[in-house]
Amino acid sequence: MDILDGIPHVHAVASHRPWPRAVVADAGWQAAIEQLTAGRLTLLGFWGEPSAVHMALLDGAAAEIAVVTYECAAGRFPSVARQHLPALRLERTIHDLFGLTPTGADDMRPWLDHHVWGKSFPLGNRNVPRGAVTYQFLPAEGEALHQVAVGPVHAGIIEPGHFRFTANGEHVVRLEQWLGYTHKGIERLMQGASLDVAAKLANRTSGDSAVAYAFAFARAVEAALDIEAPPRAIFLRALMAELERLANHFGDIGAICNDASFALMHAQTGILRERCLRAANVAFGHRLMMDVIVPGGVVQDIAPDGDMALRRLLAEIKRVFPRLIELYDNTASLQDRTVTTGIVKTEYARQFGAGGYVGRASGRNFDARRTLAYAPYDRLAFEVPVLEAGDVNARVWIRIREVEQSVALIAQILDLMSPGEIRSAVPAGRGDCEGLAVTEAFRGDVLIWLRLDQELRVQRCHLRDASWFQWPLLETAIEGNIIADFPLCNKSFNCSYSGADL
Amino acid sequence: MRKTLLESLTHGSLTEPAPAPDEAALAELASKVDRAAQARLGRSLAIRQVDAGSCNGCELEIHALSNAFYDIERFGLRFVASPRHADVLLVTGPVTHNMRQALERTYNATPDPKWVVAVGGCALDGGIFGGSYACVGGVSEVVPVDLQIKGCPPTPTDLLKGLLALLEHVGGKG
Ligand code: SF4
Repeated sequence: MDILDGIPHVHAVASHRPWPRAVVADAGWQAAIEQLTAGRLTLLGFWGEPSAVHMALLDGAAAEIAVVTYECAAGRFPSVARQHLPALRLERTIHDLFGLTPTGADDMRPWLDHHVWGKSFPLGNRNVPRGAVTYQFLPAEGEALHQVAVGPVHAGIIEPGHFRFTANGEHVVRLEQWLGYTHKGIERLMQGASLDVAAKLANRTSGDSAVAYAFAFARAVEAALDIEAPPRAIFLRALMAELERLANHFGDIGAICNDASFALMHAQTGILRERCLRAANVAFGHRLMMDVIVPGGVVQDIAPDGDMALRRLLAEIKRVFPRLIELYDNTASLQDRTVTTGIVKTEYARQFGAGGYVGRASGRNFDARRTLAYAPYDRLAFEVPVLEAGDVNARVWIRIREVEQSVALIAQILDLMSPGEIRSAVPAGRGDCEGLAVTEAFRGDVLIWLRLDQELRVQRCHLRDASWFQWPLLETAIEGNIIADFPLCNKSFNCSYSGADL
Repeated sequence: MRKTLLESLTHGSLTEPAPAPDEAALAELASKVDRAAQARLGRSLAIRQVDAGSCNGCELEIHALSNAFYDIERFGLRFVASPRHADVLLVTGPVTHNMRQALERTYNATPDPKWVVAVGGCALDGGIFGGSYACVGGVSEVVPVDLQIKGCPPTPTDLLKGLLALLEHVGGKG
């Protein structure tokens, strides 16, 4: 059954690809919310325009997606967060950026807007100033409780954000995050941008997922224009995506162990990470592989010595990594810190549609590469590891297994790739058209929705990082743990700040 | 575990000898480091990194400076947790409006003498994010900048060269 069969809608939008989009009225909007709260659908995205809001809905079992649109005639829409909590931060953001009001909402505090932009509702068409009020953290009261405020500038080399811990002795009873510090206005910069500039912006949404974002952006444009990149370009994209996944997993596995005071692992995985970046540099001319993937294909083929560099990398990983796994598995002092620490309940992972290793370590069997089977993953053999424990240890193990899968995937791609074109021409003058794409970044699914005009300029582009639905789960994961375990929990999530602040 | 430990003891250093001309430059700078840094600051410079709104690409490469290949500490350069312990602020990003105050406060919390290094195209002038309602622009719009390290992101080698040049500059100032 199509998702839209169960949602009364006014009309479908013909120019939206590859999944359907339909405009709904109150009844349809409410029906969609009910499907979300009942757990039949997962909230995949929720974003605004000056006078409309859109929700992307996922039916994981049927591998289907649909977008529903509510037109906000009076600048209002019925609050989704009131009934379905995973929508909350996105809903607050829609209000911050567009000034659209969620009716019936319980929490209207700003999220990205820290009252220093010099304007209210920067992407909307409401010309009303917004009163500045001091940000109110949620109360946690009790005689023995005290608060610890951390950030936005942290002690390490990491992105800025604010964490407010309420603790009873050493035990955390509540963590509340306040983010938005790296808000750069990416979606506003996208408006009116040429495809070249927009692709560069997408690349820089979250530096650690540069490839995944460029991949998703290119696929969204290609969906909108109903074109395909050449087969070789599609393989090259996946090659870069897996290389990016490897580099990040190595970095994070080491960083998690380092936070458990096991520096040897950090040193060893740091070497593997650097080797990945160097191989990427040899093969694609940039260590983070920025600006290689563009709508229509890729701008450059793999360098002549790239194939050899990558095969050497795979051999090195196969030689060294099993020993590191053994080391992780046999070090009691490490296990002591990671097992049963920072548990994400399977129920929460499902409700929030948590992507990546956060979801898969808590029983959520979703990986866009397999569930949505986009090219070239529909032609590649790989497994998606899933565990139930939901603790730091499970998130480490998911990453370990994913490293093994990525190594196998890169080897397959190198063997399967045949010579050919790497870029298709992008046709102009197709008229307004809309595209949606979801790709699997190392930390989870990236969703990009966009609308292009006649001149191939971006009218509106929304980029949704997996972190939106992972950050709130970090708040739940730390409860009952001690403050000293926060870095460990945090690192095992490694949520993006820039990707969620935009 | 023993095997891994033993192997790391026996398997020689990975620390990067940069390609020939660079190696000479690094070695030359490294020897100057000792004299310059000793004169002013003893044997080391303490660096506090501040992300003022970057995409995180620059941070990834700054991290790489501590891996076995670049091993930044061999030059007497080390990252510290607090601006109060720092001689150098290494700032990235197009300085978002939301981070402006935090950057100013971090700068004010850093004792004199101090140096600010702006890292990456964004930190120079806002880069691709320049002109946004949410961004101030380059780091120098908010705090005085002593050195620019360009790139998007700069490679670890670029970063290392820049920081070593700073050590020279620091000596010059003294
Ligand atoms: S310079 Fe480039 S890598 Fe660094 S923060 Fe800016 S966009 Fe990201």
